[in-house]
Amino acid sequence: MNVADEKKTTAIDLGNLKAGGFIKERGKDLFTVRLRVPGGRMAVERLKRIAAVADKYGKGFVHLSVRQSVELININFKDFDAVVAELGESEQKVASCGARVRVPTACGGCEYNPNGLVDTQLSALTVDRELFGTPTHHHKFKVGFAGCPFDCPKSATNDVGFQGAIWPELHQDSCISCGLCAKSCTEGAIAMGDERKPLFTPEKCLYCGDCVKVCPTEAWQTVKKGYTVRIGGKWGRRPLVGTLFATFLPEEQVTEFIAAVLAWYGEKADGLGRIRLGDIIIREGAESLLAHLRERFPDSVVEATIPPQVIATQIGNGAQAL
Amino acid sequence: MMQTVDLRGVSCPTNFVKAKLALEMIDTGEVVEFLLDDGEPVKNVPRSLKNEGHKLIGLSEVDGHYVLTIEKGEEL
Repeated sequence: MNVADEKKTTAIDLGNLKAGGFIKERGKDLFTVRLRVPGGRMAVERLKRIAAVADKYGKGFVHLSVRQSVELININFKDFDAVVAELGESEQKVASCGARVRVPTACGGCEYNPNGLVDTQLSALTVDRELFGTPTHHHKFKVGFAGCPFDCPKSATNDVGFQGAIWPELHQDSCISCGLCAKSCTEGAIAMGDERKPLFTPEKCLYCGDCVKVCPTEAWQTVKKGYTVRIGGKWGRRPLVGTLFATFLPEEQVTEFIAAVLAWYGEKADGLGRIRLGDIIIREGAESLLAHLRERFPDSVVEATIPPQVIATQIGNGAQAL
Repeated sequence: MMQTVDLRGVSCPTNFVKAKLALEMIDTGEVVEFLLDDGEPVKNVPRSLKNEGHKLIGLSEVDGHYVLTIEKGEEL
């Protein structure tokens, strides 16, 4: 084979590599292709097409990543163009790595899960469409959506984590004094009073909505719903858990909120290189970000908060964040 | 005479399914009593039957279990 032929067979569209999602493996010329599956929702037709591509170009298996992606393993770089084309560019996109906004994760939300309080799937799709791949110029940026305080997605481990929340209110006339709300409340926020009607202690409420769900007469009703927002989480060598910045953020304001956080991150991390949002918040103090967000979301941002909390790994240097 | 269906010892969602089937056997407007265990059964079944279109007449605790009184609703 002469040089010209060789060049033709190994030419690839480097544009495909730019977004990331192609990860070099140990084996010569082999890469993992990380697919973009916001909220982990996969239509059966897409699944079939991915299986066909994996079958044709991979080595017999895919990997389901911890952030709900499907990863094609052992893909030869010569096959990149074909893989991207056969996945169907408009149907199945490749995910990102590097210093960009990553694919949002989400649980099933309220669609079919009776526990879900908000539409996390819609949130994940919206944020993926509007913010995925946005360069942060510093580090990865992860967003996650949980439908309720069970928080299966572990929302506070994300840079910005969202947890579904509702605020309950009692309509006395419908109450039949069955006492189920008081029994269901895990936080002791409801107790049956002298009149055999529930008494509510708002400060103890976690916004889980169990009282509303269990009430057989709809005496307890939802009067407000939205997201509890925690910011500054990360994992790895020096894990941090994100802390509370907003409550009952309306679902429609999610993209705007994340964009505001990204703007603050970009500004404050300037010159500091490869550093996560949580470490910047610790460095600047939580009040700086709080004030920045309060200006734009005055109804949702909390009055005061604490910086992202260090999780003790008990190995090596351990707790020092910076 | 009002029927009583004892669903104590029956776990979710079998208790709900049995309650649903029992209600299918009676006429609209008839009232039936279900005995339910404390815990998950009483937290789930009343609400689920209500969502099926039946009317909750009463729910009270008796000797550590619950008595649920339901009036059969229109067929949905």
